Amino acid sequence: MTETAIAHPAGDGRPVSPGAGAPPGTPPALELAGVHKAFDGKPALIDAGFTLRRGEVHALVGENGAGKSTLMNVATGVYAADAGRELVDGELVRIRGPVDAAAAGLGMVHQHFRLVPRFTVAENVRLALGRRAGSPAAAAALVAAKAEKIGFPVRPDARVADLSVAERQRAEILKVLLLGARVLILDEPTAVLTEQESDALLAFTARLATQGGSVVLITHKLREVAARADRVTVMRQGRTVLDGAPIASVSSAEVARLAVGATVAPVARPRRAPGGPALTVDGLAHRRDDGGVTLDGLTLSLREGEVLGLAGVGGNGQSELVACLAGLAAPRAGSVALAGRDITTASPAARRDLGLRVVPADRFAFGLIRGFSVADNLALAALRRGRYGAPFGVARRRIRRDAEAAIRDHEIHGAAPGRSTGLLSGGNAQKVLLARELDDAVRVLVAHSPTRGLDVRAAQAVQAAIAAAAERGVACLLISEDLEELMALSARIAVINRGRIVGEMPVEDASAAALGALMVGHA
Amino acid sequence: MSGFLVGWLAAIPAYAAPLLLAALGLILSERAGVLNLSAEGVMAIGAMTGAAVVLSGIAPTLGILAGVAAGAGLSLVFAIVVVVFRGDQTLAGLTTVAVGIGLAGVLGRDYVQKPFAGIERFGADAAPATGAFERFFLQQDPLILVTLVLVVAVWWFLERTRAGLQLRAVGEDPGTADVAGVDVQMVRIAAVVAGGALCGLSGAYLSVAASHVWVEGMIAGRGWIAVALVIFARWDARRALLGALIFGAAEALGPRLQAVGAPVPTYLMMMLPYALTLAVLVLSSLVGRRGTDEPAALGSIYLRQDKS
Ligand SMILES: Nc1ncnc2c1ncn2[C@@H]1O[C@H](COP(=O)(O)OP(=O)(O)O)[C@@H](O)[C@H]1O
Ligand SMILES: [Mg+2]
Repeated sequence: MTETAIAHPAGDGRPVSPGAGAPPGTPPALELAGVHKAFDGKPALIDAGFTLRRGEVHALVGENGAGKSTLMNVATGVYAADAGRELVDGELVRIRGPVDAAAAGLGMVHQHFRLVPRFTVAENVRLALGRRAGSPAAAAALVAAKAEKIGFPVRPDARVADLSVAERQRAEILKVLLLGARVLILDEPTAVLTEQESDALLAFTARLATQGGSVVLITHKLREVAARADRVTVMRQGRTVLDGAPIASVSSAEVARLAVGATVAPVARPRRAPGGPALTVDGLAHRRDDGGVTLDGLTLSLREGEVLGLAGVGGNGQSELVACLAGLAAPRAGSVALAGRDITTASPAARRDLGLRVVPADRFAFGLIRGFSVADNLALAALRRGRYGAPFGVARRRIRRDAEAAIRDHEIHGAAPGRSTGLLSGGNAQKVLLARELDDAVRVLVAHSPTRGLDVRAAQAVQAAIAAAAERGVACLLISEDLEELMALSARIAVINRGRIVGEMPVEDASAAALGALMVGHA
Repeated sequence: MSGFLVGWLAAIPAYAAPLLLAALGLILSERAGVLNLSAEGVMAIGAMTGAAVVLSGIAPTLGILAGVAAGAGLSLVFAIVVVVFRGDQTLAGLTTVAVGIGLAGVLGRDYVQKPFAGIERFGADAAPATGAFERFFLQQDPLILVTLVLVVAVWWFLERTRAGLQLRAVGEDPGTADVAGVDVQMVRIAAVVAGGALCGLSGAYLSVAASHVWVEGMIAGRGWIAVALVIFARWDARRALLGALIFGAAEALGPRLQAVGAPVPTYLMMMLPYALTLAVLVLSSLVGRRGTDEPAALGSIYLRQDKS
C-alpha cells in the first residue's frame, strides 16, 4: 500500500463532491445503526453502522472477517440481527428475507452467485422473478431489453455453466436489477475479475450511480476505492471504524491503517542471485477427460533461490499444471525435470523425496485433512521418512514436540497440537501447510494462490515465508491471480493463457497493464 | 411371421405403460432432488388397493383412482421422512419398498387370486380383427392413451411451466431456489407425492387393467426396472418413453414366443428385462454420461442457512 492521496479521477462526468447526485435533504437510501449480531455466541457485529446516500458509490472496506458481508446480509434479511435498526429512504423497515429485500429495493450480489448453473440466464431470471417474468419467451425478452438498456452484454439463452465468471457476474447483477433493486450491494465483486474486467464493472457502477442508483462496493482492494467510490466506510472486527468519509478526505494509507489496526510492512523481494536450474518444464501438454485442452506445450524454467511468478486468469491451466507437477495428473506430452532428473512419470512420493513441495489452491482437498489434529497434519509428510519411528508404534511424543515447535515458529494462532485443523481460520491452516512443506529438504516449492481468501496479516506472513524460503535457496513457482503479490515477490513474471506461456518479463519491466493485456489476450 | 410380429408389437404397450408411469413418477421426484427408490413398494400398494376396491363392487375407474391415492399416501410418508426429518434417502426408499410390499400383503390377504372384470382392452367385445393396425389397436386400453398424455404433460410441466422451473431449481440448487422465494421443502414434498401418485397408477394398472387379478409379488421387480429406466432416460420424460418401449418389448417377447410354441427356455425369457436393466446400468456408468444429466442436488439434504 503506497502513500498516495486518494483523488477522484476526472473525466467520467460526475460531480466530485461527496454524495454525488442526490439533492440536499434527501434521506439516505439505506441506513443501518447500532447493529449487533453474534454467531453461536461469538460476536460478528458490534454496534455497526452504515449510511448510503442516493446516487453514490460507497466503498465498504475491511479485512477478511471484519463483518462486511455479515452487515450487508443483515441489511438484506439473510441474517436476522440481534439488535439494531434499518431505514430505507428514511423509513424504518424490518426485512426478514429476500422477498422483503426485493420489495424494499435492496439487491445483493453475493460472492457465491445465486444462479442455477444448468439453467439459462433467462431461466434464472424467470426463477427469481416468478409471476412477473411471464412465459419463457417473455423472460428472455426482458433480459435482452435490460441488458441493452444498461449497456451490459448478457445473452439470455446462454447456460450459466458455460459462462465465464465475469459473464456470470453480469447475469447476476442484471437479475438483481430486474428484481427492482435501487440499492445494489456487490460483495467483493472484483475478487474474481481481471484488471480489465474490474475496470468495466466499476465504470458500470459509476454509470448506475449517475442514473440515481446507489451502489455498495465491498472490497479489500484499496486501489478500487481510490478510483471509483464517492465515500468510504471502514470496518474492523465487527465495528465501524470510519463512517462514510468522502474519498478525497482520506489517504489510502489511512484507510489501510484503520482497517488493519496497525500498519503491515510490505514483504521485501528476495535479493539472492539465482543458482543452478531447479525445475524445468518442457512442452507440457494435458487434456481433460472430456478432451478439452488444458495445457498446450507449456515451457518454463526455474532456478535455485528464484521466485518465478505465474500470472493468469483462473482456469487457464494453472490447476492442471499444479496437478502435473505434483504427480497427480499425467501429461500427454512434454517433460518435467527436477535439478536435471526427469520426473515426468515419477510418483508423488518420489517427487517429495527429491525435494518438491506443493501448496495447492484448495488446501483441504490436496494438502490438509480437515478432521486431523494439527500435529497429525504436520507429521504426515515426515512419517514416510521414518522420523516418527517404525511402521508399528508411532513416536507420539516426538510428533507433539515438533508440532509445538512449528506452532511457535510459524505463529499459528488458535492452534494446539491436538486441535482439529478444520477449526483453524484460513490463514492459520495455510501456515500449518507451509510449516510442513517448507521443511529442511525442500528444494522446489510450487504454491498455487497461497494467499487467496486470507486477511492482510495472514497473507503477509505467508508471503514472508515464501520470500524467506527463496533466500535460503529454494526455487519457488508462485502461481497467483493477484498481480500486486506477484510483483512484490517475483524476480520474473510469466503469463499463462489457454495452457501456454504467452509472455515472460523481469519484474522491473512488468506492469499491471502489460500483464493484464497478456492474461486476457486471444493471440 | 408377420402374425407373430404384429402380436408382439401389439403386446408391447401394455408392458411398457406401467414401467413408463413409474419412471415418470420417479423423474418428478428426482428432478426435485429427492433420490427415490421406493417405486416397487408404492406400486404394490397401488396394485393391491385398486384390486381391493374393484372386488368390493366399485367401478374399475374408481379402483384406479384409489390406487393412485394409495400410492400418493405411502409416498407422503416417505416424503415426510426424507424432507422434514431429513432421513437418509437411500435407506428410507428401501424401507418404503419393504413397508409397501408388506402392507399390500397384509391388507390384501382377502383379495388374493380373485379374478375380476377390470378395465378392458378396446377389443374385448369386438369381432376378431383382420387388419394389422386394427389388431394392434384393439389390444390397447384407455390407460395406455392416458399414459401417453402423461408423458407429454410431465415433459411440458418440467420444461415450460413456472412450477416446473421451480421444481428443477430445487433439484439443481436448493439454496438459490430458496433465495428466489421457492419453498424448497414444500416443492420436494409435492414432487414426491405426485410421483407416488404416478407409481400408484402404475401398480393399479398392473392389477386392474393388465391382469384383472391381484397376487402377492405381482410387481415382480418392475419398480426396480423403473429406477434403472430413469437413469437410462437421463431424467427426461421423452427418453423414458423410448426406454419403456425397449424394456416393454423385452418383457413382451417371452409370452409371445411361448404363445406361438417356440422352443425357448421360459426362465431365460423372464430374465431378459432384468438382464437388460443390468446392462443399462453398466453401460451408463461406462459411458459416463450419468454425471452430466443427473440433477446436481439429487440425494442431498437441504439445510437452510442460519436465520436466527
Ligand atoms: N454463517 C455464519 N456462521 C458463523 N459465523 C459466521 C457466519 N458468517 C460469518 N461468520 C463470522 O462472522 C465474522 C464476520 O464475517 P464476514 O461478515 O464474512 O466478514 P467479511 O465479509 O468482512 O470478510 C467472521 O468471524 C466469520 O467467521
Ligand atoms: Mg465477506
